[in-house]
Amino acid sequence: MFSEQLVDLSRLQFAVTAMYHFLFVPLTIGMTWILVIMEAVYVMTGNQIYKDMTRFWGKLFGINFALGVTTGITMEFQFGTNWAYYSHYVGDIFGAPLAIEGLMAFFLESTFIGLFFFGWDRLSRRQHLLVTILMAVGTNLSALWILIANGWMQNPVGAEFSYVTMRMEMVDFWAVLFNADAQAKFVHTVSAGYVTGAMFVLSISAFYLLRGRDVEFAKKSFRIAAAFGFASICSVIVLGDESGYTVGEAQQTKLAAMEAMWETEPAPAGFNLIAIPNEAEMKNDFAIEIPWVMGIIGTRSLDKQIPGIKEIREKNRERILSGMEGVTALEALRKDPADAAMKARFEEHKADLGFGLLLKKYVADVRQSTPEIIEKAVADTIPRVTPLFWSFRIMVAFGFLMLGLFGAALVYSLKGNFADKPWLLRSALWMLPVPWLSCELGWFVAEYGRQPWTIYGVLPTHMSVSTLSVNSLYGSLAGFIGFYTVLLVVEMYLMVKFAKLGPGSLGTGRYDNEYAHA
Amino acid sequence: MLDYPTLKIIWWLLVGVLLIGFAIMDGHDMGVGTLLPFVGKNDVERRVVINTVGPHWDGNQVWFITGGGAIFAAWPLVYATAFSGFYWAMLAVLWALFFRPVGFDYRSKIANATWRNTWDWGLFVGGAVPPLIFGVAFGNLFQGVPFSFADNLMSTYSGSFWGLLNPFALLCGVVSTAMITFHGAIYLMHRTDDAVYRRSRTAMLIFGGLLLVSFTAAGIWLWQGIEGYAITSTVTPGALPNPLDKTVVREAGAWLANYDRHPATMLLPVLAYAGALTAMLLAANGATLAAFVASSLAILGIIGTAGVSLFPFIMPSSSDLRSSLTVWDSVSSQLTLNIMLWATLIFMPLIIVYTSWAYKVMAGKVTAAYIRENEHAAY
Repeated sequence: MFSEQLVDLSRLQFAVTAMYHFLFVPLTIGMTWILVIMEAVYVMTGNQIYKDMTRFWGKLFGINFALGVTTGITMEFQFGTNWAYYSHYVGDIFGAPLAIEGLMAFFLESTFIGLFFFGWDRLSRRQHLLVTILMAVGTNLSALWILIANGWMQNPVGAEFSYVTMRMEMVDFWAVLFNADAQAKFVHTVSAGYVTGAMFVLSISAFYLLRGRDVEFAKKSFRIAAAFGFASICSVIVLGDESGYTVGEAQQTKLAAMEAMWETEPAPAGFNLIAIPNEAEMKNDFAIEIPWVMGIIGTRSLDKQIPGIKEIREKNRERILSGMEGVTALEALRKDPADAAMKARFEEHKADLGFGLLLKKYVADVRQSTPEIIEKAVADTIPRVTPLFWSFRIMVAFGFLMLGLFGAALVYSLKGNFADKPWLLRSALWMLPVPWLSCELGWFVAEYGRQPWTIYGVLPTHMSVSTLSVNSLYGSLAGFIGFYTVLLVVEMYLMVKFAKLGPGSLGTGRYDNEYAHA
Repeated sequence: MLDYPTLKIIWWLLVGVLLIGFAIMDGHDMGVGTLLPFVGKNDVERRVVINTVGPHWDGNQVWFITGGGAIFAAWPLVYATAFSGFYWAMLAVLWALFFRPVGFDYRSKIANATWRNTWDWGLFVGGAVPPLIFGVAFGNLFQGVPFSFADNLMSTYSGSFWGLLNPFALLCGVVSTAMITFHGAIYLMHRTDDAVYRRSRTAMLIFGGLLLVSFTAAGIWLWQGIEGYAITSTVTPGALPNPLDKTVVREAGAWLANYDRHPATMLLPVLAYAGALTAMLLAANGATLAAFVASSLAILGIIGTAGVSLFPFIMPSSSDLRSSLTVWDSVSSQLTLNIMLWATLIFMPLIIVYTSWAYKVMAGKVTAAYIRENEHAAY
């Protein structure tokens, strides 16, 4: 099998490149709709300032978008370069949404983004608005398809293993498409993107207002961001990922781990507001519990139980023992496909095949698994609780913090006196990084919480990588970190420069700071 | 649902279509990137060059991304084996591509000569390196790639990055780079005037000539000097894919066997020559749009020639012959191929319609005057 070092480095490289990519994606997703709103107001009212808003915020959007594209290509390469066995094993299902994403979404987004920037003088107002809308639709559709792919990793429906082709094969495309997990993820993730876009516009507009420059421009931008942001943060919280956590076992395991629920409590379970999880003894050394809340948000009911970690472990032990039989039968079938007895045995244990593969981390021939090895594999089935517990809580706390900010911003927008509230403007400015932190924490919970699997219950992470040398991984990881650091410095430099220049950078002669760049 | 053998052949054709689409669309703006430092002698000229593809490069790049996604979905074993085996070559392509989005978008946002010149060379790297490496990769496919599958179909690659850079593969890299740069030069002629037009015309003649010479040399070398691959066991096109379930031999002349078996395929190399020569002739006389169509046909002929020569192989293995990947045994399930076919049939015509519209909106020469008028908006 693969060395632990190779697996860890492959994971690290994926985590670095994916989380870096996701610095740019949410802003792109959110900004597209904000641009649509601004331009729609321009088309409806004919007020020039809304066109300038679309163009100026579009300029900042473009600086961000360039890095989103750059780092996005990495993601598509990386399944093949670093996760070759994964690509073979589940490409039949996982590859399809990626290809459809290209055909249906990326082409749309990328073709119309060109016209968005270059088409102002060549298109009628309505045509240009249509271009902006299509760009936004394309961007959001790409989020849909990638989350269908990711949702399948969490809850692999609509597919079956074939011992002839030695891989998972699609049996029901609609099940993959309408995977409840994917739908919940989509709503939650794009809403988080909308919040990010809104915060970006809100913060920078607040900055202009605090400086007393481009006041009309900033006020109009602030109002749009406040309204859009408030609606979006409500969507993130209410239609949160939580609704997906009852779907499938992966999510149940994740839920138990991120809530530090060691025992199965009678329904409705309590919610650990704060706890100090003790992983070794499988208990919480300290916890402040709010009764009922977990059961209600987790199951949307008062009588359904949520399984605790200890119960899940016991179930997994059964599945590992069954999976051991499945792997043994599979390996025999690969040598002699005609062996009917083996085939029957394989079919019987097929559902637990992935759990049998967990043993391969410790032993090549799973029949030689000792009780200690089985115990290790059982322990592996639960991700580490402490990082998940805290990441989730910080993300949620940030969510409510932003709800407060956008709520206040909206109330004072409606009253029309937000520009006279320096505390509000300063809060908006200082909270700029919060949506990014929340998004990254959210991804961490989603992906780290699925460990030890790449595809829950189907393919363990330690079997998913490419047969590469550890040195190759050190080299490529260093290359990515080097490139990405330089690119981030360049991007931040330009972003800060143009945010500071403000709408004057358009060179229209209508704004403050008009000649600063000359 | 179509039957499995038909779907396997259709997907071989469709991957070909996507690669050809990529070479025609992303190819012309990569060619433009390669020529940028040479046909633009001052900042305004360079901005003219960049803005000929400014509104389109991002959409064009999606041909590449979709091609990659389609290979993942339709030929998962090829995607897994090629991308991991050619690890450093793939990373070189990827890192070269990094320079494009940021190069296009960031270059003209700061009026500093060093800054702009750095990005210009970045765009050169992003334009020149990917076609070179793709050509080298194709050159290696003809010679076989050292990889083998274990019983559970986990692949191990036993070659090195430097091993990829052998003389025949480098020659194929020249063919590919010449093809893309030639095509880009014609596009530039179509979209520019004055000095940039004249320099692009010179580049068109140089790279057109280089293309004809290198393509001919590679063909002769393939005929005389490269052993091909052939399947010796019975092929069951409808069987569930299992690459280990066959026997393969190497034999001289096997790469040309398809032209004997199906003489109509000779039209592809003929199209390569006819397209390239016609394109040179038309472009030299200023009929740049027609020349662009002709050079696109040349690309179709060249990539088609490579594909037909290899058929049914996609990625032959030199170290474990039976591990070789073919159109019969490296494909997805029948259901996935079928769904993907429908997705392609629905979306590809739409893509072609709105891409054409985008080019129509932005049609016309990009001039120095345009750059001066759009100082803050243009790239």
